[in-house]
Amino acid sequence: MSAAEAVLRLEGIVKTFPGVRALDGVDFDVRLGEVHALMGENGAGKSTLMKVLAGMYQPNEGRIMIDGKPAVMANPIEAKENGVILIHQELSLAEQMTVAENVFLGELPRSRWGFVDWKTLEERVGTILTKLNCDFGPRTRVGSLSIAKKQMVEIARALTHQAKVVVFDEPTASLTDAEKVVLFDIIRDLKSDGVGIVYISHRMEEIFTVCDRITVLRDGSYRGTLVAADTNEDEVTQLMIGRSLDYSRNVEHGERGDVTLEVTGLSCGKLYQDVSFSVRAGEVVGFYGLVGAGRTEIAETLFGLREPSAGKIRLGGEEIAIGSPAEAIANGISLVPESRKEQGLVLGMNCRDNITLPQVDDMTAGPFVSNGAEIAIYDMYRDRLDIKAPSWRSEVGNLSGGNQQKIVIGKWLAMKPRVLIVDEPTRGIDVGSKAEIHNLIRELAHSGYAVIVISSEMPEILRVSDRVIAMYQGRITREFTADEVNEDNLVQAISGIGNGKAA
Amino acid sequence: MSQTSVESAPVQASGGMKANFGWIVRHPIWAFVVMIFIFFSLMTDNFFSLGNFENILVQTSTLGLIALGMTIVMINGNIDLSVGAVVALAASLTVDIMGWPMFESWGNWQILPAVLAGIASGVLLGALNGLIVWKTGVDAFIVTLGAMLGVRGLVFVYTGEQSFFALNFAYSDFGASRFLGLPTLAWVFLIFTVLMHVLLSRTVHGSNTYAVGDNREAAVNAGIRVGPHMMINFMIVGFFAALAGITLSTQMGASTPNLGRDYELWVITATVLGGTKLTGGAGNIIGTFGGVLAIGILRNGMNLMQVPAFYVLVTLGVILIAVLFLDKQLNRQGEEELRL
Repeated sequence: MSAAEAVLRLEGIVKTFPGVRALDGVDFDVRLGEVHALMGENGAGKSTLMKVLAGMYQPNEGRIMIDGKPAVMANPIEAKENGVILIHQELSLAEQMTVAENVFLGELPRSRWGFVDWKTLEERVGTILTKLNCDFGPRTRVGSLSIAKKQMVEIARALTHQAKVVVFDEPTASLTDAEKVVLFDIIRDLKSDGVGIVYISHRMEEIFTVCDRITVLRDGSYRGTLVAADTNEDEVTQLMIGRSLDYSRNVEHGERGDVTLEVTGLSCGKLYQDVSFSVRAGEVVGFYGLVGAGRTEIAETLFGLREPSAGKIRLGGEEIAIGSPAEAIANGISLVPESRKEQGLVLGMNCRDNITLPQVDDMTAGPFVSNGAEIAIYDMYRDRLDIKAPSWRSEVGNLSGGNQQKIVIGKWLAMKPRVLIVDEPTRGIDVGSKAEIHNLIRELAHSGYAVIVISSEMPEILRVSDRVIAMYQGRITREFTADEVNEDNLVQAISGIGNGKAA
Repeated sequence: MSQTSVESAPVQASGGMKANFGWIVRHPIWAFVVMIFIFFSLMTDNFFSLGNFENILVQTSTLGLIALGMTIVMINGNIDLSVGAVVALAASLTVDIMGWPMFESWGNWQILPAVLAGIASGVLLGALNGLIVWKTGVDAFIVTLGAMLGVRGLVFVYTGEQSFFALNFAYSDFGASRFLGLPTLAWVFLIFTVLMHVLLSRTVHGSNTYAVGDNREAAVNAGIRVGPHMMINFMIVGFFAALAGITLSTQMGASTPNLGRDYELWVITATVLGGTKLTGGAGNIIGTFGGVLAIGILRNGMNLMQVPAFYVLVTLGVILIAVLFLDKQLNRQGEEELRL
């Protein structure tokens, strides 16, 4: 680890906020042409460290060295000038403007009199887009692009500068597998151009695909740096959470009840066609497929958000029509949506009120909401789901992702559903809490719910499902039992290869 | 992307391939303008004449000038409610200062310091609005609402509730003068319309205006100095409000402390009719120009049809909502097409 090759080096960084020591003497360095992963659970200090790097926070102690020389980065612009570029997790783009304008936002090339030099702008952006293999041009409106393509725009923005260090913050959070491949190619290209890359992610398999070294933070302090080639997931996980995880699949068979939900020939326009499946009580059925394969749309249909164009839905043997979420809930179907912050929670409200939100009408004493009844419900689900919140008064927005997800699940359990649909149950949740959520899903099934899990993470699907349904372009390509399924046949089934039983 | 570099047209003009239909979808107000134009031409004897068109341009130039500034502020995601009060302030200052004894011997030159002072008052108030929005983070709606009340009050204090009359006839003649076959005030409006269109669509400042309104955080992250940028735009709308106050007082040969009352509402109506979004990030001068003309033609045409003034208001209110509903339908369809 000679200092000479480190393009960026952080030494003994301390950052305190009132009452919190967010970073406690963290060391971190990036060498020319390496991908260095930064890992840790939520709250371990990754984002704080990243913001120090990007000039958004000033450290209380410690120093930042660039090319061996101390550097001060008082704001994001100075960080940029020093060659440190951050690719935001939450995309920071002007939706109604063109790709070209976004790429050079704040630095549009000028001709005389402050006019924008469109020709130079489009040529330069065009070159970058070609380099990135983008299939859209500089004049495309950003608002019309998919999330993955928007991310390409963010990356293109980083490439306009002579970047020494590029920081990727959870870059694959919303990418499909195919798009990930493109992203990893870009990262390798950057790497061979001698750029140092900081890669922040929760996803272990990605870390081992692209990264050279892994630095782990826990509770704001430095826990060590590992060479990716000489370590494995378990070792990293152990550093991250301070204990080892039980990843074993706890799928028990033979405890299933009757068919609770049966879907036959369900179609919804171009979104999905001729979908048939059933879910028994006590069973977890996993839906796996690429983004856009139609999984979420099926869930939305079952929850009354979309109207099917054909097909039947039977619940407990009786055919039902679900015209609205209210009808779905009345029939005992609950949906834990994909993005809990936008669709599932009222972040400014407290834990208790979030859980009791859909049934507050039933908890009245006279014209008033009964405090006691609400607290009783909250206490029950807190204990059952092991929600870690200081009290029922805590604002949900201040809880960790895992606990937020438990609140959403608790909210729907309080409605006493028969079918529970969970869309992306652990998106943005750290590894420790992931395992908890997985166990929770298993337990819920065990206690008699029919559970549908939709996920883009293969390990998750394999871990929680009794049966796995693979989808490709709006159709079910294959159905596996827990014994049959493995990574290989699942990947084939969702990518349209080997569209049969010839596994 | 070497093939695109062959065409050197600017990015904004990329709608060319969809030809006229795409243009109308982006500026639905112009379809409406054409409709009412034809309607009034058929329904009244006097509407379709060059003299009347000139009339419409002059009548709307006051609103129009302010709407140009309002467009840029609203694209920024802000709003300026104080424009009506600034109209009165600039008009009163200009007409009053012209008559000050110290300029008595200046002849017609006495107009110059008066107009400069009037304009300066608008620009300074704009700067003050912008500075408060920038430094305190209070919403522009609230800041300029305060300015609207406060400035109107100041105008009453300054004028002692009196109207001022312009004693210099060159000043009041200007309002009725003609230049190259058109009323001078129409020229003023048209020229500033073109200038503002160029500013918004071709310059870096214009691009930044859209960026700041579209995603303020992205603009900050990109290193745009959002505070000063917004302040400049408030100064621009202040300039136009003051200019409108002055042109209005040349038409009347006087100023009254009540001048420009409710103008902020008319201006916002015209701007929004033209497709500018209250949330910022979208809008353009072509649309605003259409919105201004729509209001001008409706008022003028209904007046010629002898519709009572109150019904004109009712009609305009209904049309405002109808046009925006139509606009929303058109835009939503556009998005769904892209998603498929």
